[in-house]
Amino acid sequence: MAGKGRGVAAFTFNIEALGIGRGSMPEARVGPSPLFPNTDFKPVPLKVGEDEDYMLALKQEMRGTMQRLPHNIKPQSNKAEVERYTERYLRQSQMEDEEWTPDWNLFPKELMPQKKKTRAKAGTKRKTVKMSRKDTEDMLSKLDELAKKDDGNPEKSDDETEKKKGKEGEEEEIEEEAYDEEDIEEENDYIESYFDNGEDFAADSDDNMDGEATY
Amino acid sequence: MTAQEVRLCGLLLREHFGEVVEKVGTHLLRSGAQNLRTIIHETDVSLDLVKKSLCVLVQHGVCVFSSGRKGPGSPTEYQTSCDRILRILRYPRYIYTAKTLYGDTGELIIEELLQRGHMTMSSTVKTVADRLTQNMEEGRSMDYSEVSSAFSKLVETHFLQRCPPLAGAGTTDSTTPATPATPAAPAAPVSTTQPTPESFPDCYKVPHMTLIGRGKRQLSSEEGEDQRNAKKAKLDLESHGDEGIYWQVNFERFHLHFRDQAIISAVANKLDQTSSEIVRTMLRMSEVTTSPTATCTKPLSANEIFRSLPSSYNIPRTILDQYLTLLVDDPMEFVGKAGESGGGMYVVNLHRALANLARATLESVVQERFGSRSARIFRLLLRKRHLEQKQVEDFAMIPAKEAKDMLYTLLSQNLVQLQEVPKTPDYAPSRTFYLYTVNQLPTARMLLQNCYKTVANLIERRLFETKESKRLLEKSQRIEAILASLQASGAEPEQLTEVEEMITAPEKQQLDSLRLHINKLDSAENQVDETIFLLDSYVNSTATSTS
Repeated sequence: MAGKGRGVAAFTFNIEALGIGRGSMPEARVGPSPLFPNTDFKPVPLKVGEDEDYMLALKQEMRGTMQRLPHNIKPQSNKAEVERYTERYLRQSQMEDEEWTPDWNLFPKELMPQKKKTRAKAGTKRKTVKMSRKDTEDMLSKLDELAKKDDGNPEKSDDETEKKKGKEGEEEEIEEEAYDEEDIEEENDYIESYFDNGEDFAADSDDNMDGEATY
Repeated sequence: MTAQEVRLCGLLLREHFGEVVEKVGTHLLRSGAQNLRTIIHETDVSLDLVKKSLCVLVQHGVCVFSSGRKGPGSPTEYQTSCDRILRILRYPRYIYTAKTLYGDTGELIIEELLQRGHMTMSSTVKTVADRLTQNMEEGRSMDYSEVSSAFSKLVETHFLQRCPPLAGAGTTDSTTPATPATPAAPAAPVSTTQPTPESFPDCYKVPHMTLIGRGKRQLSSEEGEDQRNAKKAKLDLESHGDEGIYWQVNFERFHLHFRDQAIISAVANKLDQTSSEIVRTMLRMSEVTTSPTATCTKPLSANEIFRSLPSSYNIPRTILDQYLTLLVDDPMEFVGKAGESGGGMYVVNLHRALANLARATLESVVQERFGSRSARIFRLLLRKRHLEQKQVEDFAMIPAKEAKDMLYTLLSQNLVQLQEVPKTPDYAPSRTFYLYTVNQLPTARMLLQNCYKTVANLIERRLFETKESKRLLEKSQRIEAILASLQASGAEPEQLTEVEEMITAPEKQQLDSLRLHINKLDSAENQVDETIFLLDSYVNSTATSTS
């Protein structure tokens, strides 16, 4: 920076032209201006009078009324199971014409609420039917594979198919499959490592005792 | 649509229409015209809630819809604008004006129409009659014809107007033409598919309506509600010959009225009562002949003014001439002389009056925020346009150091601008003039945005205070409800006092101070809106005159 050696506040032009002397520069800022600066001049008090009081009352009434009209759309809140005491008294002040239907001649047709309830149900039903159909197909193919792998568990496969028909979640399928893989070769319901035969235990302990005796 | 305006509009929508409408509304404000699918996709609000919100917005005239940009086959697009939402701030003023002009009946008509958006004449008349009957003594009720006549008077003076029928999609009213005429609104280069209500010839025609009866008093007991429900079902089936004709409040007409009031009170403050009466007469005579965006009223001769003065002011003709000369010579330039025929032709300079009122507002803002000496500098710069640093000190008669300080403060607040005038083409600082100047229009716009920010802050503070004391407010509401039900079922005073004592003394104090704060904040909003109106009218008047 030119003139750095001669002084901190040095400019490339003659300052006196601007009418500012060296000593009368305003202080440099050390940071952003404060959010709530001190004001030397306090604001003028509000106008007080009959008109203002009346308009204030009008404003508060209008706000209250518009919040009770059906125009005021409330987001769907989860109602608590137990109705609160306040709500019983507040409901008495609700406007009676809760339903407001606009004149559809003035509104675009697409804003009309469609009667979609029955169609929605049919849709989900169709979905479940589809899912179960897909499920059954998957299950059938899996069953064929299992049948090829082990011939001895028709009962387990029946349990699994029943469970699958009942629920649609994939977690169930994964659990079933895990269960499936672990248990493929057993005839009983227990996992292989659940029970130790006495022979293994005895044989081991005999070995150990022999081992322990010798130091 | 600045950020401050959008924020304020969001808060206003939330207060009056709920959070769902706020979400949809602010999204539309930010993104311009959109169709239904895009709105649903981008706001993540469910389909039926979006539909309901759009219905509410269209009902109140906030949102307009038109067929899409790609042609008549594309889905309808919805568009909102800030202006209509910002009017909500002014609703108390509209209602109060109607009360002063047309009494309680007019007040209730305007209030009902503002709350419901648009309504038919018959339903308005019925509702208003019922409400008036409620407040009357037992046994008396309000006749429908009185309310209808008040309604007709409001329509005649153009305070109410018909809603324009759906553009192009077929009319519901057989008397309006099927094809919309080109819009009569000037300076509207935007869509020609949105005709203003005034472009229809029957905009102000009261329909022939068969509505005979009196207001019904609402009984507060349970049987009353059943009766009302039964009656309601019956009333819905009756028709009164004005189906499909909806009325809305004509805000522009109210704004003209407010503007006239501002001019008259300014003249009364500056000169005296008689001159303000003269100006009031002139404005009243030119109400119907002046278009809303005219620069000045049509010229009126002194003879006509003399004849139309109210009879309580019997001033002789010569005094009237002297007053008119005084008004013309006044530096505020409210009244101008346009010719010599008929004893002198005089006009009221509307745009210039608005500019002067805006200038007075700016000066008073500077005075209240920075002191009277800074205000002196500001006024100096407004009048002398461009001044150098040295000249400012000399003309304002303020010592150099302080003048510098004040100028820099004003400059940092953007109320004063610096203009460079070079002597040489290379803009060398030692050979350039630096002139301080004030531009009235940009400064007015900046202060207008400040006002919007102020109102938004006031609303947020009020919501915060209400939220802080929510528990206390609910408790007091509950107790009031209990008291009301006890009184209705007839209880002894001891029981009532017992219930009242459920609120302890410090809680009562807290409630009182809360109420005081909220009233103050609300009142402040109303009064900031007056400044908003003035600055907004000024900015709009310059916009129309330059286009």
